[in-house]
Amino acid sequence: MIIIFTILYFTPGDPAQVALGQEATPETIAAFHAKHGLDMPFPAQLGRYLYKAVFEGDLGYSYVMKSPVSMELATRVPVTIRLAFWAVVISTLIGIPLGVICAIRQYSLLDSLTTLVTLLGVSMPTFWTGILLIIAFSVHLGWLPSMGFDTVGEMVLPIVTLSGSSVAVIARTTRASMLEVIGSDYIRTARAKGQRESVVILRHALPNAMIPILTIISMQFGMLLGGSIVTEAIFSISGVGRLMLEAINMRDYPIIQGGTLFISVAFCLINLAVDILYAFIDPRIHVK
Amino acid sequence: MTSRDTSVLLDIRDLSVRFNTDSGVVHAVNHLNLSLHRGKALGFVGETGAGKTTTALAILRLIQSPPGQITSGEILFEGHDIMKMTEAEKRHIRGNRIAMIFQDPMTSLNPIMTVEDQITEMISLHSNLMGNEVSKRAREMLALVGIRPERAKDYPHQFSGGMRQRVGIAIALACEPALLIADEPTTALDVTIQAQVLELIKDLQSVVKTSLLLITHDLGIVAEICQDVAIMYAGRLVEYSDIRSLYGHPMHPYTQGLFNAVPNLDSPLGGKLAVIPGLPPDPTDLPKGCSFSPRCPYAQAVCHEKACGMREVAPNHFVDCYFPLGVEGGQRS
Amino acid sequence: MPANNSMLKYTLIRLRRNYLAVLGFVVLFVLIGSAIFAERISPFGYADQDYMMIRQPPSAQHLLGTDQFGRDVLSRLIYGSRISLQVGLIAVSISLIVGGAIGAIGGYFGGRTDSVLMRIMDVQLAIPTILLAIVISSALGPGLVNLMVAVGITSIPRFARLMRASVLSIKGMEFIEAARAMGASHMRIILLYILPNCAAPLIVQSTLSVANAILFAATLSFLGLGIQPPFPEWGGMLSDARPYIRDSAYLSIFPGLAIMITIVALNCIGDGLRDALDPKQKR
Repeated sequence: MIIIFTILYFTPGDPAQVALGQEATPETIAAFHAKHGLDMPFPAQLGRYLYKAVFEGDLGYSYVMKSPVSMELATRVPVTIRLAFWAVVISTLIGIPLGVICAIRQYSLLDSLTTLVTLLGVSMPTFWTGILLIIAFSVHLGWLPSMGFDTVGEMVLPIVTLSGSSVAVIARTTRASMLEVIGSDYIRTARAKGQRESVVILRHALPNAMIPILTIISMQFGMLLGGSIVTEAIFSISGVGRLMLEAINMRDYPIIQGGTLFISVAFCLINLAVDILYAFIDPRIHVK
Repeated sequence: MTSRDTSVLLDIRDLSVRFNTDSGVVHAVNHLNLSLHRGKALGFVGETGAGKTTTALAILRLIQSPPGQITSGEILFEGHDIMKMTEAEKRHIRGNRIAMIFQDPMTSLNPIMTVEDQITEMISLHSNLMGNEVSKRAREMLALVGIRPERAKDYPHQFSGGMRQRVGIAIALACEPALLIADEPTTALDVTIQAQVLELIKDLQSVVKTSLLLITHDLGIVAEICQDVAIMYAGRLVEYSDIRSLYGHPMHPYTQGLFNAVPNLDSPLGGKLAVIPGLPPDPTDLPKGCSFSPRCPYAQAVCHEKACGMREVAPNHFVDCYFPLGVEGGQRS
Repeated sequence: MPANNSMLKYTLIRLRRNYLAVLGFVVLFVLIGSAIFAERISPFGYADQDYMMIRQPPSAQHLLGTDQFGRDVLSRLIYGSRISLQVGLIAVSISLIVGGAIGAIGGYFGGRTDSVLMRIMDVQLAIPTILLAIVISSALGPGLVNLMVAVGITSIPRFARLMRASVLSIKGMEFIEAARAMGASHMRIILLYILPNCAAPLIVQSTLSVANAILFAATLSFLGLGIQPPFPEWGGMLSDARPYIRDSAYLSIFPGLAIMITIVALNCIGDGLRDALDPKQKR
């Protein structure tokens, strides 16, 4: 497991480099190529880049923005992290209990409603959710602003937008996982001990159901990171996502590389953290 | 069977359980009458699907309510009808007065709890012991079933099937229940381990002084452990007696078929295995009259029309048959 | 093979019981119909501009209103369905064929080939998919084909893994050994024996991936990558509508609605297929 992650750690910059390397050549900035070693053989470039990134914290320099990539990232990362963090927290806090309740009261009105709503939630493109929310709450009701991310009021809509599809996925997965666990023999054993139903659900069923749920949550991070690009664009939030977008539009390769590297690494680390969490919850897994 | 003396621990009267499924209504248990006496072991024998496990779950009221339904009957435990109890009273009984050992040790233990915790949970639920005393008692139970106390903090997956079943036994006996229901406790185990676990159950039964309801399809096991035996077929009881009487002269054609089907070391080589012809009936579509009549070699017109009902044909030997074997008026076997 | 025929019938019966899936199919047919017969159904061309009718709300003449260039929204949506379906189908085909091949080869031959292939898949999975799509798309440049390729590439690992899992489980079954004993070549075994048995999960995944592909395509177009004007891609229409949120909100609502309905329909079909094809049905 750790081996895999070490390998992954070193290769995420790859696709970005490959994708952009070809494009770089027709550019007329040949002088820069020579100066910054862009005409070195590919593996050497990659090695050099990674070396500088890891050991010197130097992710290159953006010619478009006229400042080091790391600095640009540093100002924006906290914003995106806050956005993503809240989105995850809210989707988990709403999604899991909802899923549990639906599993307990299968086929009830609440369950059917939730199934329907989650179906919609999974199918709505993030950007559309955002736009709709803006139309509803900003334009017509005038309750909440549609830009920026500093005040609590400003934070509400973006977070809701971003967590939209996550809540749906988490709720669905929780429900499915709980249903499967509740049908297990050991739940019957627990009841045969004379245990109260609430304890059976919360202390026997839920922890066992968490394993697949955690997998989904960590996958959601990937979706969230992507979704943040869109959300930040709509709500004019200056986070990493929007930075990437602008960089792509302006062909600002260093930022694209640095940003991709950063995001991929973050993703890997989060996956790693989740894997470690597994080991705590499920004693059958041994971390070597 | 309908005696009202205080030695009767469990008295099931006219119990019927059905399941409402997509493919029809499954009549799992039909008008079952059964009693178990204090301090004794009753073997509950039948094929898979005969309704034995359902009966056991019904006793503990663990039948999932959709799709299952107890449509009639009383279950008197120590004189009180379980069917009429409140949820709290039922919970008080489960594990405490009536405990159950389940069939498949691989799936009946919570995989993320240590074995010690699973026992302590049982103890904490039903006793007033605190903290250290609870763990101590849990370890005592483990020792009782032959598991070294150092393994108390291990998880179920670190044990073999036989050991897990022992843990199940430890959990079940932790609160010294009056009645222990063992649902095919050795079916999922290797033959060599089966013997060990059975020995354990037999020993513990006398040590802890519980009464035992042993569910199985294996006549051999019943002979080892039980004093009384009840034979079930298609949701009904077809024969009941003490072991000597029933094993000595089985009276119901089905029971005889069961005994015949057990291969005999003394039978001639090259002979065919005796089987009961036909298949068990579809539980959604039970035959009118005696459920066994379609397969019974001795069936007569009345058998197909109306079920006989249990009647005492010999002292303490009950059969649900118009023509019990070996009895005057019945067929010679 | 007679087994396949009865399985198909059985599946269809189970599928028909699922109301949502049936509804999904209906919507899908409508969509396909509008994509194929776009020219005949839509009242206007997708690029027809009418300067007299700029940003008109829905009316009798323009059922869903007009956009900032006076183009009829309904017509653009209809033509957009063609684009979305094209992108979905082709992108998924790419993922299916390439991913399936990788998974099949890895699963069947095992050993080092398998490890290497799976490592590559893992690497790709380490990058959040949308990000990957965005990066590839920007590298390739705008355009319909590039969009399809970009989206197609992102789903490759999922198909590879699915195929590999199926192949591995079938490979262990005895009739494969029997075939080898008969002297069948690897290629023959893969094509004739293994593939047909993997069909079920692949079909389900394909349906869900088409939904995903359409979503990605819309997102990419929204962000300015992918389809260029005047082509009416639904995502692109949404981004065009952004400046006019306050005054002409309907411009933002309809394309999004189209996207959502399409994806909901596809998801319903996918879920329905999954339930119908699952031998361990729990109902």
